[in-house]
Amino acid sequence: MAETNKKKGLIASILGLPNDDPKKTIIVAFLLCLVCSILVSTSAVMFKPKQVENKQVDIKKNILAVTGLLDKSSDVNTLFEQFEVKIVDLDTGEYSDIDPNTYDQRKASGDPSQSIKLSPQQDIANIGRRANLAKVYLLKDGDNLKRVVLPIHGYGLWSTLYGFVSLESDFNTIGGLQFYSHAETPGLGGEVDNPKWRKQWQGKKIFNDAGELEIEVIRGHVDYQVEGAEHKVDGLSGATLTSRGVSHLVNFWLGDDGFGPYLKKMSEAEK
Amino acid sequence: MANAIKSSVVDPLIDNNPITLQVLGVCSALAVTTNMMAALIMSIALTTVTAFSSAMISSIRNHIPSSIRIIVQMTIIASLVIIVDQLLKAYAYDASKQLSVFVGLIITNCIVLGRAEAFAMKNPPVLSFFDGIGNGLGYSLILMIVAFFRELLGSGKLFGHVVIPVANEGGWYVPNGLMLLPPSAFFVIGLIIWLVRSLKKEQVEPADYQIHQVHRTEVL
Repeated sequence: MAETNKKKGLIASILGLPNDDPKKTIIVAFLLCLVCSILVSTSAVMFKPKQVENKQVDIKKNILAVTGLLDKSSDVNTLFEQFEVKIVDLDTGEYSDIDPNTYDQRKASGDPSQSIKLSPQQDIANIGRRANLAKVYLLKDGDNLKRVVLPIHGYGLWSTLYGFVSLESDFNTIGGLQFYSHAETPGLGGEVDNPKWRKQWQGKKIFNDAGELEIEVIRGHVDYQVEGAEHKVDGLSGATLTSRGVSHLVNFWLGDDGFGPYLKKMSEAEK
Repeated sequence: MANAIKSSVVDPLIDNNPITLQVLGVCSALAVTTNMMAALIMSIALTTVTAFSSAMISSIRNHIPSSIRIIVQMTIIASLVIIVDQLLKAYAYDASKQLSVFVGLIITNCIVLGRAEAFAMKNPPVLSFFDGIGNGLGYSLILMIVAFFRELLGSGKLFGHVVIPVANEGGWYVPNGLMLLPPSAFFVIGLIIWLVRSLKKEQVEPADYQIHQVHRTEVL
């Protein structure tokens, strides 16, 4: 009892101090920081599981969308079970036995021991570092591979675009392209999300007859009479730099520094 | 008291609107008004933050040392903004993805700090809370009007639903690309301010200086 009285006395004496007293200033600042930090950390901890789940569902949704499997009536998690997730060593093009559930490619890209620094000539997608290992998502029908989904990212005009490209089992025909995170200008560069534009990617070939990488977002419309139209996609009007960014990042990830070695190996195995 | 609450909620809507009269918070009005959904979420977030930060600051106003006044206000506002941001990420993931950094930037929104400093420091908590609500709604009103015009004329949609079919999707309307860029919000806000001040003459500020007509002969 005496103790609480003493405590009350202490609080009252602090509150009773004039506001410009340095002692009170420090105490008020300290208490405020304490209360605010408790509020902030509580909310961060409380909402974390929900946020992580949202992010995962969002990524799964995008993988499903890029393969045309997304269907509003079915549960994303059940649909996603059709996919087999594997880790690929980008330098050798071989599968690695690291557990895909624990591997975070974005984190690895920033870690010098798990990534390589790209020289300016290599780094057409403007990403700085590239992780050594990458996740791939395989859609199988029994033993037959139907689609493979590759994660891609690169710089547009304002932001890094993160997305997926899906390839058909010949490892040459694009099945779809989709970005799940970017901050391009809505209505201009943001039109990378436009379903009509995305649809153009379907059926495009990434390699020419000589086996060289040839895929490009051009300025203006593709002339389908001219040879090579199957390697070209219309640019987005009013978004030259975003279109160029998309072109570069697709070229980077399908090229020798990206999934190139893996694609070569896989298409040979398919033959 | 009831009257004071009513006027603190209603006044900021038109008569003392934070955007059109005080010209505060214009920065985010430019950034998040390309579509109505984003503007709505932003409005709700800002109104909540303004209301609760005003109430909290007001309840400890007699014990805030004046030397660290602004820091105390900013700390409270920043904490609330982080909580709102976390909440959106957990329960309105798509919207928070769209708003990206702009929720965080509520911290620097002049309206929030402006109300804390100008009103909450001198008035009781309940009244401050409603003052926050009122100013948040005043901001929301302008944001929604601007977003309405920008989304409709810029992409032919309202709340993401097609209203005018646009040309590159087979319709007849060629969207105005300028409407999707921040400068167009300046034009729309400017037009709204012009409209409000022509209807409500008392909002017109007196000119800072008078322009005299100078005759050639006087100069010579």
